[in-house]
Amino acid sequence: MAGYVLGRAGTLAGLNALQTQSYGSESRGGACKSDVIVSKTEILELAPSGLDVFIAMSQPALDKYLPDISDGGSLIYDSDLVTLNTSADDAGNDSTYTFGISATDIAHKSFGHDVVANVIMLGYMSALTGVVSPEALRQAISESVPPKTVELNLKAFDEGFKKGEMREGELK
Amino acid sequence: MKADPAGVLAGAHYLDGDFACGEGAMAAGCRFVGGYPITPSTEVVERMSRRFPMMGGIFIQMEDELASMAAVVGASWTGTKSMTVTSGPGFSLMMENIGLGAMMETPCVVVNVQRGGPSTGLPTMVGQADVMQARWGSHGDYELIALSPQSPQEAFDLTITAFNLSEIYRVPVMFMLDECVGHMTEKVVIPKAEDIEIVPRRLTKKPPGEFFPYRVNGNSVPEFARAGDGYRFHTTGLTHDERGYPVMSADCQEVCVKRLLDKINDNADDIIMLEEEDIDGADVVVIAFGITARVARMGIELAAKKGIKIGFIRMITLWPFPEKRIRELAGKIKAFVVPEINYGQMVLEVERCAGGKAATVSVPHGGGGVHDPDVIRDAIVGAAK
Repeated sequence: MAGYVLGRAGTLAGLNALQTQSYGSESRGGACKSDVIVSKTEILELAPSGLDVFIAMSQPALDKYLPDISDGGSLIYDSDLVTLNTSADDAGNDSTYTFGISATDIAHKSFGHDVVANVIMLGYMSALTGVVSPEALRQAISESVPPKTVELNLKAFDEGFKKGEMREGELK
Repeated sequence: MKADPAGVLAGAHYLDGDFACGEGAMAAGCRFVGGYPITPSTEVVERMSRRFPMMGGIFIQMEDELASMAAVVGASWTGTKSMTVTSGPGFSLMMENIGLGAMMETPCVVVNVQRGGPSTGLPTMVGQADVMQARWGSHGDYELIALSPQSPQEAFDLTITAFNLSEIYRVPVMFMLDECVGHMTEKVVIPKAEDIEIVPRRLTKKPPGEFFPYRVNGNSVPEFARAGDGYRFHTTGLTHDERGYPVMSADCQEVCVKRLLDKINDNADDIIMLEEEDIDGADVVVIAFGITARVARMGIELAAKKGIKIGFIRMITLWPFPEKRIRELAGKIKAFVVPEINYGQMVLEVERCAGGKAATVSVPHGGGGVHDPDVIRDAIVGAAK
């Protein structure tokens, strides 16, 4: 869902955006991964070969895809779902920027719905990386979620964005 | 004629290939789908079943794929543009009635979002190994048309083309997506209804009594009369005369079946769509289709850095096969390189048409993923030597 919104926001911002996902046979509850490429040029590859930004919301995902982060790339993780081992080996390569946010806890306590944790992550990522403008992401969210939940999701997004702005200085 | 606005969701969207295919079908005027949903094609019918009530369309979830294809053939004979949607295991089960559709000259579209096979194989992962089955899956001699899109935008555009071709040639058209294209999400621009060209069913103007359902006059595709319009006639999978009645003879077989082949082969130049890049002066020509066409371009970019002159042909039409073009090029180049997500299917056609005048290099991939562009690069480099 977050991957779809990010890609949709990319096209709203006038960029090419490709989103793919991989998932198991389960209809719900299995592992899933979404790859998003946002580019000014034509996109030929299906999934990025090196990740500029990796948003991790499960421990197995973190462990599996951490090595795929590019030099100077960013790891953004939900600290309620993922424990980051800070040893050099485990935290990606030396040039990886890491940002943790307690997204699930915020989603639960501030919004009463754990499911908006992914939208909080999107807001957080938007503020930290600027990959797609918050305006485009807000519009993409409004057009993608069920009408009754638009306000809830936008508030969650804004909360994540605010948390990200506070940490902006840490990214080069 | 122009598309019915009721089925056209004009505007810019962010859709996956399956949804885009469903939108293309509705824009093309499809108003009946009989199917048995199967991963990774399910989203096509999900989309259509949700939107169909708004335009008077009907989706029936049939008991299986044999029934699905039978329902599609039957629905088409009412004059309704009809489609079914499936993946490998279901495609196998549809083969009998695809043959019936070809023999009765029934316009319809069969969407196959290909996954890894054989059998149930890899339900959620990509394959391109049904392309020979699309051509040869049903028994007997017949010709049909198969198209392969490389993006969600093309999944929309070519679904309309598939319906139009099925009407022009009165033939089942196989629409061969692959799981990657079906499940990738990109921007899809849907034009306004007045900008979408639709081919309607070519109905006869002859009155009942003077109309022969399989009589052709100079045109190799007969006119159509809908069931329920007052024409009493017979149509069958048996070899038939121009009245549609069974005639068990070699003479009738020659007339009846030969025309099924001729109507496609004689018009192959009009049907075949290829996208060509940098062919002039090329030493090696890469031929690919569907998602592999996108990945192949990356391999070509890598190999071009080594100074090799590389041309590229993307097959949008898989069947009829672009025989003439391959024969033309075979005498001028060193080699064809054919990456595909199977263990070597379309490469056999390329090799046949190259006729020994150019080398043919297969770049197979078993399914479950796309090629590593480096592998395609290495194949090109090897072929250029």
